Amino acid sequence: MNTPIRRIAIAVMALVLLLLGNLTYVQVVKAGDYRDDPRNQRVLLAEYARKRGQISADGQVLAQSVETDDRLKYQRQYTDGPAYSPLTGYYSVIYSSSGIERYADPVLNGSDDRLFARRLSDLITGRDPSGGNVVLTVKPSVQERAYEEMSKKGFEGAVVALQPKTGEILAMVSTPSFDPNPLASHNSGTQQQAWKADNAADPATLPNRAIDQTFPPGSTFKLVDTAAALQNGYTPDSQLTAAPNITLTGTNTTLENYAGTQCGTGQTASLREALARSCNTAFAQLGGELGADKIRAQADAFGIGRSDLSIPMPVTASGVGDLPDTAAVQQSSIGQRDVRLTPLQNAMIVASIANGGQTMAPHLIKEVQGPNLDVIDTTEPDRLGRSMPADVASTLTDLMLGSEARTSGGGKITGVQIASKTGTAEHGTDPKNTPPHAWYVAFAPANDPQVAVAVLVENGGDRALEATGGSVAAPIGRAVIAEALRGGQ
Amino acid sequence: MAAPGSGAARPGATNGREGAPALPTGRTIELLLLVFAAVIVTGALVLVEANQEQELTPTLLYVGLAYLVVLTLAHLAVRRFAPYADPLILPSVALLNGLGLVMIHRLDLADQDRAALLGQPLPGSLVFKQILWTAVGLALFIAVLWRVKDHRTLARYGFTCGFVGLVLLALPGLLPSSISEVNGAKLWIRIGGAGIQPGEFAKILLIVFFAAFLVQKRDLFSTAGRRFLGMELPRARDLAPLLVAWGLSVGVLVVERDLGSSLLFFGILLVLLYAATERVSWMLIGLGFFVVGALIAYQLFGHVQVRVQVWLDPFADYANRGYQIAQALFGLGTGGVGGTGLGAGRPDLVPFAESDFIWSSLGEELGLIGLASILVVYLVLITRGLRSALAVRDSFGKLLATGLSFAVALQIFVVIGGVTKLIPLTGLTLPFLSYGGSSLVANYALVAMLLRISNAARAPLTRRPAAPAVPIADAGTELVQRPAVGPTTGPLPGPTGGRP
Repeated sequence: MNTPIRRIAIAVMALVLLLLGNLTYVQVVKAGDYRDDPRNQRVLLAEYARKRGQISADGQVLAQSVETDDRLKYQRQYTDGPAYSPLTGYYSVIYSSSGIERYADPVLNGSDDRLFARRLSDLITGRDPSGGNVVLTVKPSVQERAYEEMSKKGFEGAVVALQPKTGEILAMVSTPSFDPNPLASHNSGTQQQAWKADNAADPATLPNRAIDQTFPPGSTFKLVDTAAALQNGYTPDSQLTAAPNITLTGTNTTLENYAGTQCGTGQTASLREALARSCNTAFAQLGGELGADKIRAQADAFGIGRSDLSIPMPVTASGVGDLPDTAAVQQSSIGQRDVRLTPLQNAMIVASIANGGQTMAPHLIKEVQGPNLDVIDTTEPDRLGRSMPADVASTLTDLMLGSEARTSGGGKITGVQIASKTGTAEHGTDPKNTPPHAWYVAFAPANDPQVAVAVLVENGGDRALEATGGSVAAPIGRAVIAEALRGGQ
Repeated sequence: MAAPGSGAARPGATNGREGAPALPTGRTIELLLLVFAAVIVTGALVLVEANQEQELTPTLLYVGLAYLVVLTLAHLAVRRFAPYADPLILPSVALLNGLGLVMIHRLDLADQDRAALLGQPLPGSLVFKQILWTAVGLALFIAVLWRVKDHRTLARYGFTCGFVGLVLLALPGLLPSSISEVNGAKLWIRIGGAGIQPGEFAKILLIVFFAAFLVQKRDLFSTAGRRFLGMELPRARDLAPLLVAWGLSVGVLVVERDLGSSLLFFGILLVLLYAATERVSWMLIGLGFFVVGALIAYQLFGHVQVRVQVWLDPFADYANRGYQIAQALFGLGTGGVGGTGLGAGRPDLVPFAESDFIWSSLGEELGLIGLASILVVYLVLITRGLRSALAVRDSFGKLLATGLSFAVALQIFVVIGGVTKLIPLTGLTLPFLSYGGSSLVANYALVAMLLRISNAARAPLTRRPAAPAVPIADAGTELVQRPAVGPTTGPLPGPTGGRP
């Protein structure tokens, strides 16, 4: 019976060959599909075992991985978590990640192409692979001041401070904020509890209001109208209506000035005075005269409507909405109707004016470092486009100085000229009885701008229905500017 | 070269062991290979510990030492009781068992990680249980080598083996589900915390029975064969053994709801039938039975349909039934050609990673290269068993060695094929690699029997206990029988002793 045994042996080898062939199919041909399947957590989990890079700003460590006794090896720790969490985001085993943790992940986990040489040497020397570091453009003193100003009164809202010449983000605050530390806990109970609490929080704590959400800009949008007007034959002395209210073209709807007042003393008001007093009727008329196309073109020139902006976190697109008729343009010209901006976008508008009409790409990452802190890559300032000629920007700056002079609220800085505009934006289904959003956009010093800010305080802050941009948002904006200039920018 | 020596040694056999040194036993090679296996296993363990950043714990040290003691004792037992046994079989087993222990330990670490993360109490160490089962397996291994001096004595207990095997096989199916059912298959006898799968032992006992039965029946076949010369198909009444085998496997499928065991029993018995009768028609008829049985089973049983659907597309029901196989495929795909490295993957994401799915665990961390190597080790084990079947002189030994070797081959095919989506998944364990006491202990017994047969195949005739006592005339009659099997195989086994 040796012949059948030999045949059986051959059959066994055939079976093994079949297994090997199938294994080759699974582990070579289909390997990529299986590895990259979104349901396959292995690649993600491998990251957690590696030493992740740190996030720092101006020498101050904001997020770092510390070795632990438990076997997840590295615990993510955040210094001053809530103040910086809109920037750093969180890094959770269960709930993935957000912010820089998410959008600079290739650098932090070491897989970025710029770290290739380092990885190669890790492989050769047998050193434990570790991620690169991210250095932010943020000035910690400005960030912390902005957070303190917003949170000490329990305001909901956002503050963005930009260096107008480079587009560096000096501060980006969103309040109320969350602490990313419990989300990075190695105890899943703690993680789950924190996640539940963060999601249940009202007002919400997880979104970064500065880039994730859009708000009606109110009167701050008049800067866009003015920029368009100055490039289309208007001068600061062009006369506009000073009526306390007007009826929108082709409708019965009336639009009135704040508190129903006359715009100044005369029958007409100059553009300069209209901006300084923020007269709604004048700008509604101006917008109507300019027309939808010119308003929209100017908005586009400031970057409104761009959906591809990333800092590297993606920035929600701002927009002016549909402008089907003159009434819609008139309404939209005072930053109401469907006009909606992110606080970052509003900061970009003033930064562009401050930089002589040149809009710079806002960015958060200053440098990428290797694990041993040597600089691998530095972000170069990038121009997004020109919003207006330099002389128009300079005229507009002049008008904004007039606006600042008429703006109340504390915190004025002696010896520093601030160019600003306030906004008090109505919203909701019952706008007259809903506390408005208070805005303050500004840059300083006016003659050599070093910082541009946008402050948004939602739902009236501590003044409820009485709130205005000047009374609620302006003091915060000025404090942030003072802090930014103190650093000898 | 040894051929003239063995002939010359025969007359001198009575005056001592001068002839023995001329015939290498292979024990030194075995020892060296065992050391080699131990080095590989130790290396694997070091890699796991390094990648998991572990320090040596006393428990692990004991497990490692216990493993080395098992290797040593097994080697000494072979030296003592089966000195001419094949030198490659035991090292193959040692390597597989060792790699299994390392992977089980690695999965222990993952379980402890998870428990720590979830704040649960630390789970018990499976590797510690597995080394205990290895020790039990070794005890049975030594007992078989010691008590079974000649495998032919087993033939005498053929019917006893068959009866006990059937009882063991049927027992879980007849016991209440609370004792016998685990994950839908009624394969267990669980008393207290411990459980055994009697099917693993039944498998070996039934192979012994069928080998013995077919050797007896084979003489009838040979006379019958002459009477019906030129007839392609066997007589209807000769189909009885096949029908019994088929009924047995269908019974297992129905009562115990276990596709894997059913397939395994039927395949082994079919191959034994073919080896005994040398008729390909048996295989064809058997495959026909298999196809019919499979079709009927698919129509009648929901669990078979589920298995087939999951096999066709595991991702269709990813969250539930397809989860395990999908995760196994993710693991294998992530491992790719080179693997993530021992201790550096996440094999614990696959349910039953340490038992039924240890193959995907190994595949994730060792890659295709590692899996191919392990397959080759299995192939060495199986082919050395089949080689012993070729070389051994008696028909019962041939059938027994074939059955045992093929049992291992079919089992790894069914398990690995199931895990890698080549065939529908069945609930079986990989011999020596998977966590599971019954499988390990039973397979140690299986290997002891293979070693016993290979010892008989390789030992010089003079060294066989019966040879010196039997007069030359009797030895002559044995020589007359062998050419009947095949003239070319006659002179081969004795003198060369199957040396590689």
